Amino acid sequence: MAELEAVIGLEVHAQLLTRSKMFCGCRAEYLGLPPNSNTCPTCLGLPGALPVINGRAVEMTIQTALALGCRIPEFSKFDRKNYFYPDLPKGYQISQYDLPLSLGGHLEFEVDGERRSCGITRVHLEEDAGTLHHAGEIHTAKFSLVDLNRAGVPLMEIVGEPDLRSPKEAPQYLRALRQLLLHLGVNDGNMEQGSLRCDANISLRPRGQREFGVKVEVKNMNSFRSLEAALEFEVRRQSAVIESGGTVRQETRGWSEAEQATVSQRSKEEAQDYRYFPEPDLPPLQVSRELVERLRAGLPEPPLRLRDRLRDQHQLAEEQAALITERPQDAAYFEAMVAAGAPPRSAANWQLGPLQALCKDAKLDIERSPVPAVELAGLVRMVEAGEVSGTTGREVLVEAFATSRSPVDLIRERGLIQVSDAAQMEAWVGEAIRQLPKAASDFQSGNDRALGPLVGAVRKASGGVANPDLASRLLRERLGRGGG
Amino acid sequence: MSLLDLSISELGRRLRAREFSSVELAEEALGRVEALDGKLGAFLRTTPELALEQARAADRRLADEADPPALCGIPIGHKDVLCTRGVETTAGSRILEGFRPPYDATVVARLARDGAVVVGKMNCDEFAMGSSNENSAFQPTVNPWDAERVPGGSSGGSAAAVAARLSVATLGTDTGGSVRLPASFCGVVGVKPSYGRVSRYGVIAFASSLDQVGPLAKTVEDAQLVLSSIAGPDRRDSTTSPAPVGDLAGALQEGVRGLRLGIPREYLAAGLEDGVKAVFDSACRWLEAEGAELVEVSLPSTEYALAAYYVIAPAEVSSNLARMDGIRFGPGEPQAPSLLEAYELARNRGFGPEVRRRVALGTFVLSSGYYDAYYLRAQKVRTLVARDFSRVFDGVDALISPTAPTPAFRLGERTHDPLAMYATDALTLPANLAGISGLSVPAGFASGLPVGVQVLGPYLGEAMCLRVGAAVERSADVWRRVPAGFDG
Ligand SMILES: [Zn+2]
Repeated sequence: MAELEAVIGLEVHAQLLTRSKMFCGCRAEYLGLPPNSNTCPTCLGLPGALPVINGRAVEMTIQTALALGCRIPEFSKFDRKNYFYPDLPKGYQISQYDLPLSLGGHLEFEVDGERRSCGITRVHLEEDAGTLHHAGEIHTAKFSLVDLNRAGVPLMEIVGEPDLRSPKEAPQYLRALRQLLLHLGVNDGNMEQGSLRCDANISLRPRGQREFGVKVEVKNMNSFRSLEAALEFEVRRQSAVIESGGTVRQETRGWSEAEQATVSQRSKEEAQDYRYFPEPDLPPLQVSRELVERLRAGLPEPPLRLRDRLRDQHQLAEEQAALITERPQDAAYFEAMVAAGAPPRSAANWQLGPLQALCKDAKLDIERSPVPAVELAGLVRMVEAGEVSGTTGREVLVEAFATSRSPVDLIRERGLIQVSDAAQMEAWVGEAIRQLPKAASDFQSGNDRALGPLVGAVRKASGGVANPDLASRLLRERLGRGGG
Repeated sequence: MSLLDLSISELGRRLRAREFSSVELAEEALGRVEALDGKLGAFLRTTPELALEQARAADRRLADEADPPALCGIPIGHKDVLCTRGVETTAGSRILEGFRPPYDATVVARLARDGAVVVGKMNCDEFAMGSSNENSAFQPTVNPWDAERVPGGSSGGSAAAVAARLSVATLGTDTGGSVRLPASFCGVVGVKPSYGRVSRYGVIAFASSLDQVGPLAKTVEDAQLVLSSIAGPDRRDSTTSPAPVGDLAGALQEGVRGLRLGIPREYLAAGLEDGVKAVFDSACRWLEAEGAELVEVSLPSTEYALAAYYVIAPAEVSSNLARMDGIRFGPGEPQAPSLLEAYELARNRGFGPEVRRRVALGTFVLSSGYYDAYYLRAQKVRTLVARDFSRVFDGVDALISPTAPTPAFRLGERTHDPLAMYATDALTLPANLAGISGLSVPAGFASGLPVGVQVLGPYLGEAMCLRVGAAVERSADVWRRVPAGFDG
């Protein structure tokens, strides 16, 4: 039997970062609010209430579609997708069926350093449903509570072509898409909280065969890791079925994190007939060429191109360039540091190292860093010029971050400019040896680890301003290990 | 003689002259409902506290404002498909019992803005589905001219209340004739505005692409005053037309001299009762005498309109009524063994047979495999019907026909024959498919029962409909006749 090949396509749902919901004036930001407080007659689906299209959501969708190279037809419309579920207050979802906002694009992504491209079928716009809170497990719960704060949040669906050929391509595709959405500023990329969600279609076929095999839809993957794991599981499961002479059932399966397996949810026979028809409460959308061109003109630099440019322009390592362009605010911070005169590689190291750690601990986005790019650039320049040590620089950064002070000001105020004056240094070295005679003799007799405490003692004696490199050189010379 | 026999402009003059107050007028209306609605069944509920509060406010405006709106202090009623804040709104259905909307429909808010006084909510066929008012889950309304006959539907309560002088004017909704038909059966004026002329925000939807709110009133002028208050763009309803409404009052006095009026051949086909034909013929003679030119025209797609309507409307119904799932509205079915069964139980108990029939019909025509053969095809017919109208309106200013082939029929006569019931709307529903303007105006009586003439105008041609309607009304001179038992 020929070797089996996976055929994978992803459907990604991204909540849009609009101010208001898709069809009403309620806030699109719904997390952390008391249940059902972020609602109105329209998103509650009250009898008589009507939807009004959020123009900003349409613009964001078109912008995303343009960034993916899609075509924007002049005429588009909304349709009703009919099904019953308690989180769907109207009994239908307003979505787009046969005339979406955009068609036919592609997304570039990387797998193991190699660039690939995946077709995009369409990008369309719809509304999110509410959320359910079951009193226990869904099938045994005595009751479930409905919260409609999320109902009506704008949801953009990006349907990918079945162009992926292995489970490990899927998370890479999704990473690239997420990065694009972040750079467009249309989605916050949070998979855990569900503002970015991914379903996958996967089938197997003998390598070389043109026809697709039977497709299985997999849901419930809320991380890159679970996406890959679910697809790997499906490859194993479907391979086993085929290799034992069976046929794969067309069905929807859910990924169970606990079992690390996909579980059947719905067979083809149980599939819903959504009875799509044009939404009579909304007039068709006419998308003017002027709007499309205005949105096209406002597109940011594509993330992959930005990464290549920063790498080449500033001689960054590939990995550094990738990390610094992961999110637009990172790239902006980096470019601002470089513009303020920080040497690029050090700037990247300081940003990705100490600053990112501080931001993470404080749960602050780099955009809101209490140490702005210009200030960190000043600090990096001083370290590079040998005016302060790296250690002092990091300590000052911690304090500057905590107090929202300028690190350069802190250094000057405290007289932390590094001292390299020979006579002064000699005196502090002598003081250190007097304080730590045991360490001095250990080092003298070849124990390199004893040097650290001695350097520390020099810096302590100096009140932190002694140049540590010079201190260790002088210590080596004084203790007879110069040139060693 | 009751104050409610007067037209809105007569009432307005006398309110301004302090001959009586708006509170007194509201009290008279409420008193008449109390005394007389028992035999009519037009009201599902009265709203005395709201009415008196609004009437007091109207009296202050009448005293303070130099030029208060024409409707200031005028008692009105709202068909129960119109959401009224804090006032139970059921759409004539059990499943919405107890539903108190937290908001007002735009039309309700606009009439309140203009000082109208709400006396109650009017009975109707369940979710406006019906032609006789017999599909109300709560009570039938009877025809004020003959208690053994239907008032027409679905705005039967709205029409009967105006005819019986229990309210000066009312709002109804017209999806396939639901304002014009009961207007004709009860002997009042009913306007179906062009689609998009009046906001649907807060109107419990029957068929969203066909529904329009329209006034029912004793005179064409009264109807115009209410229409002028409610019409116009609404940012909450994206299907409203941005076109300004313009001066509708001016049209009433213009007369019909020089107008070309078309009579659609297909509307006078078999099935038209002699008495109706006689009234229509005399209306034609009056209009000619007034200087209009009458020409026969053809709307060849008419014969397919009914079938197309009964595909499109139920399709939208099946979706619009999905929110009535027994969880958010209705008593709920906590004992149901599964979610699906909870839905089924709640909807089977909450909806009446006609609503269930249309939901089933609509679900079927939208189903995969049937969509093209039914829904898509019906939409094509709809386009043809609209083209028929735009073609004839190139040659005529308006169309005239009987509103219905018969006067009011007997209670129970058509309840067991849905197809006969559906055919009641054959002459009215094409206008809804095409989205054009129309009205029904009383033109006379056949065997003691009122007969209306339908005037159809082009899209946004409300002024033309009112102009022709006013001419018929002047010649017919019947609007001051009050049904026996409601006079005095
Ligand atoms: Zn809302």
